[in-house]
Amino acid sequence: MVDISYYILLSAVLFTIGAAGVLVRRNPLIIFMSVELMLNAANLAFVAFASMHNSLDGQIFVFFVMTVAAAEVAVGLALIVQIFKSRHSINVDEMNSLKG
Amino acid sequence: MSIDLILFLILSAVAVATALGMLLSKNAVYSALFLVLNFATIAVFYLLLGAPFIAISQVTVYAGAIMVLFLFVIMLLGAETLAPSKVLRGQGLAAFILAVVLVAETVYLLLFRHAAVGAIARPDAALNELPALQKIGEALFTSYLLPFEITSILLLVAMVGAIVLTKQEKGGQK
Repeated sequence: MVDISYYILLSAVLFTIGAAGVLVRRNPLIIFMSVELMLNAANLAFVAFASMHNSLDGQIFVFFVMTVAAAEVAVGLALIVQIFKSRHSINVDEMNSLKG
Repeated sequence: MSIDLILFLILSAVAVATALGMLLSKNAVYSALFLVLNFATIAVFYLLLGAPFIAISQVTVYAGAIMVLFLFVIMLLGAETLAPSKVLRGQGLAAFILAVVLVAETVYLLLFRHAAVGAIARPDAALNELPALQKIGEALFTSYLLPFEITSILLLVAMVGAIVLTKQEKGGQK
């Protein structure tokens, strides 16, 4: 019988760690991982509320979030590989021109 | 303290510790492995919340597929560690301060301003049986049919996009 606010608090803490990762780290791969962590925190809140209200809709939303995350990672990693091929560096601080 | 709460506290300690490990480790491979552990912990949370289908999807999609893709790209690019750059000075400090402000805001809102919310009952064993999974499938193919089909198109577009982006042009200019 865990109070739902514990789950929401954990979700908020994980989300904040992910947001801090996006802000602090300069490696785009780790920035991507932090975005995944934030999506997971949101999923945890979804499932906790779905469990509290005894409904399946929250779980189905989590399913959709997972598919969108998979699509986003595939395209994002392809972009990172392309940027690395043309610039030989993936440090986000050095991405200062649109034309490779 | 009930056994549920003890289990929750241990698991949440592991989840927060692995998230911090992901954030703080210098080597991107270690970050990815910490994140795999974090996703596995969150899958256990889903089991505790009575969502076995989501828990298994979490393990297969996140810990299985997405993180393996991450590890592939990290090792392919040799981007385990990056030299610190000095392009934008003071950005790290500003980002750290903003992150601390965000933590303080969320904890304040959740601890002192949250409305009365209920407890989560221990999920009954019936949720792990086949009928619960059948209900998810029925919902996906009836009331959520349009989002489901759009998801398939999204995955197709992502697949084509990834292939087009990484395709080697033969001859000609890049």
